[in-house]
Amino acid sequence: MLDLTWLLIAVPLASSIVLMLAGKRANPWGHWVGVAASGSTFIVGLGAFIQMLGLDSEERAHAVHLFSWIPGGELNLDAGLLVDPLSMTFVLLVSFVGTLIHVYSVAYMEHDPNRRIFFAYLNLFVAAMLLLVLADSYLLLFVGWEGVGLASYLLIGFWNYKPEYATAAKKAFVVNRIGDIGLIIAMGLMFAYLGAVDFETVFAEAPAASTATLTAIGLTLLLAACGKSAQFPLQSWLGDAMAGPTPVSALIHAATMVTAGVYLIVRSAPIYAGAPAAQTAVAAVGAFTLVLGALIGMAKDDIKKALAASTMSQIGYMMLAAGLGPVGYAFAIFHLVTHGFFKAGMFLGAGSVMHGMKDQVDMRRYGALRTAMVTTWITFGLGWLAILGIPPFSGFWSKDKIIESAFVGEGAQPWILGGAALIGAGLTAFYMSRLFFMTFHGKARWTDDQHPHESPAMMTVPMIILAVGSAFLGLILAVGDRFAVWLEPVTGHVEHHEPVLPVPVLIAATLILVALGVWVAWRKYGAADVPETAPAASLSTIAARNDMFQDSVNRAVFERPGTHLTRTLVYADAAIVDAAVDKQAEAWGKTGETVRRTQNGQVRSYALTMLVGLVIVIIIVVQGGL
Amino acid sequence: MDPINFVILAAILFAIGSAAVLLRRNAIIAFMGVELMLNAANLSLVSFSRIHGEIDGQVMAFFVMVVAAAEVVVGLAIIIAVFRARQTISLDEPSELKG
Repeated sequence: MLDLTWLLIAVPLASSIVLMLAGKRANPWGHWVGVAASGSTFIVGLGAFIQMLGLDSEERAHAVHLFSWIPGGELNLDAGLLVDPLSMTFVLLVSFVGTLIHVYSVAYMEHDPNRRIFFAYLNLFVAAMLLLVLADSYLLLFVGWEGVGLASYLLIGFWNYKPEYATAAKKAFVVNRIGDIGLIIAMGLMFAYLGAVDFETVFAEAPAASTATLTAIGLTLLLAACGKSAQFPLQSWLGDAMAGPTPVSALIHAATMVTAGVYLIVRSAPIYAGAPAAQTAVAAVGAFTLVLGALIGMAKDDIKKALAASTMSQIGYMMLAAGLGPVGYAFAIFHLVTHGFFKAGMFLGAGSVMHGMKDQVDMRRYGALRTAMVTTWITFGLGWLAILGIPPFSGFWSKDKIIESAFVGEGAQPWILGGAALIGAGLTAFYMSRLFFMTFHGKARWTDDQHPHESPAMMTVPMIILAVGSAFLGLILAVGDRFAVWLEPVTGHVEHHEPVLPVPVLIAATLILVALGVWVAWRKYGAADVPETAPAASLSTIAARNDMFQDSVNRAVFERPGTHLTRTLVYADAAIVDAAVDKQAEAWGKTGETVRRTQNGQVRSYALTMLVGLVIVIIIVVQGGL
Repeated sequence: MDPINFVILAAILFAIGSAAVLLRRNAIIAFMGVELMLNAANLSLVSFSRIHGEIDGQVMAFFVMVVAAAEVVVGLAIIIAVFRARQTISLDEPSELKG
C-alpha cells in the first residue's frame, strides 16, 4: 500500500476533473463520485498506515519516486512522495475528516444547483492537501500549497453572486499570496545556499549552513506559515473566509488547510534547529496570535466568525508549540489532530444550527436550541468540552502538554510564552462557553419565521463521529505518549524537560482559569438574558468586534502607502522615463524638419552637394594619405 | 609626350563638364556635361594605365563606355518623357520631389 500512495492524490484529482467537465448531466450522481473519491483516499491511507505500523520505527519513512520532474543542471529535482509518520498523520486526518465532511455536504448542499461543482472543488482540495503533506521537496509541497490556496479561494467564493463573498475570496487569495512569496524566497535561499530544494538534501546540508542563512530561511518559512495558517500579521483573511459554505469552513478553514503552516514548520525542523532566533519568532507569533484570536473571539456575535477567531487562536497554540523546538513538535501535531476533530465537529454543528435556523448566523438570535436540536447540542457540547481542555476530553491532553512545554526553558521566555498559553486557555474557556450558552441555552430569541429542527442523519452522523473523536481521541493517543513515540522518527527523541513550575500546579492553574472562564460566560450569557442586538460596549470590545482593527491597520500601513508608492511610480514613469523618450523623439523630429529643407527637388543643387562631397572626400584622401 | 599632360587635360575636361551640369538649365546641355565628365574619367583611367604600364585602366575604360552608352539611352528617354509631359526641358522646372 505504501507504494500506492500516489493514488491518494490521483483519485480525488481525477474525480475533481471529471466533475468539473461532466456538466449538468453529472448532477444526479456527481456528489457520490466526490464522496467515493474522498473515501477511497481514506481506505488507501488506512492501508498504508497499517502497513507502516508493521515496520520498525526507523524504517517508517518511505520514499515513493514518481518521475523526474525538473532535470536541469544545477537543479535536478524528482517528483516524489515522502510517506513517514508525520505525513501519514496528516493523510489520515485529511482523508478521514474530509470524507466525513463530504458526506455531510451531500445533505447540507442538497438544494444548491451547483452541488457537483462544490464537490469538484472539495476533491481538488483533498488532492492538493494530500500532495502538500506527501511531497518530498519544498517545490512539490509548493504545488500542493498553491492548490489548496486555489481550492480555498474557489470555495470561499462559491456563492460569488454575493459581492461581499467574492471580495472575501479575493482577500483570502491576496493575503495568501504574501505568504507564498515567503515560501518562494525560502526556496530561493535554499537553492542558493544549500544547493537543493528537496527535503533530503536540504536537511542533510542544513547543519553545515551558517546561522544567518538558516535564520533567513526560517523567517521566510514563518511568513509562508503565517499566510496559510492565518497567524499575525497575516490573519485578516480567515474571518472573512467564513463566507464559504460551512462544510468548507469546517474542512479547510478549521481542520486541515490552515494547519499547513504548522506542518511546514514541523517539517522544517532541521532548519529551525540551527536558527534559534527564527524559532523564537515562531513561538512569539504563535503566542501573540493565540491571545489575539481569543480576544477577537470573545466579542464576535457571528457564530462562524467566533469559531474562526477560535481557530486562529488554536493554531496560535500549535505555532507556539512548533516554535519551542523538538520539545513541542509532537504536541503541535497532536493538538493539530485533536483540534481537527473538535473544531471540524463544532463547525459542522454550527452548520447544522444554521441549517435549522434558515442560515441565521447571529448568535443573539439563537438561544435555547438544546431542546430543538438534541444531537447537535450533544455533539457540539463534546467539542466544547474538548476545546476547553476538560479532562478526559481530547483538548486536555494536547493543549495541556503545550502549556507545559511553553513553561520549559530559562529566563523570561517560559514565563511570557507560558503565561500567554495559560491566559489563552482562560480566554478560550470564556469565548467558547459564551458561544455555547448563547446558542444552546438561555431563552429562545428566534425570529418569528424560524422553526429550528434537527438536521437529517446524513449531517448528524459525521457530527457524531467527530464528537466521539473529540471525546476520546486525545486519551487514546496520549496513553503512554503513544503519539509522541509514533512521531519520533520525524521529530526526534526528546528527553523530558521540567517546566519552571511543577506540572500539577500548571494543570490546576489551567483548570481554574478554564472554570473561571466558563463561570463568567454562564453568568453573562447562560443565566442572564442576552440582548437581541449587540449593546453599546467599551472601546476594547468594539476593537475586538472589529477584529482588532486589522483591516484598518492593513489599510493604513500597507494599502495606502502602497497606493501612494504605485502612484508615485506611475508619475515618475511619466515624468522621467516617458518624458526622456518623448523629448528625444521631439529633438529628432526637429532635426528632420531642418534637414528636410535641403531636399528641395532642384537637380542642380543636388549635383552641387555631390560635387562638394566629392571634393571633401578627395581632400580627406589626399591629406590623410588613405 | 609626357602622359601626365593627358591627366591634366582630363582634369580640365572634368571641370568643364561639372560646370556645365551645375550652371546650365538646359537638360540636354547638362547631360552633355555628364558625358564630358565620364569621358574625362575615361581619359584619366587610360592615362594612368599608360603611366603604370598596366592594362587594368584600359579595361575599366571599356566598362565605363558600355555603362555610359546604357546611361545615355535611359537619360535621353527621361528627358523626352519630361519634355512630353511639361513642354520644357529646364532642369529647374520639375521640383515636385522636394521634402
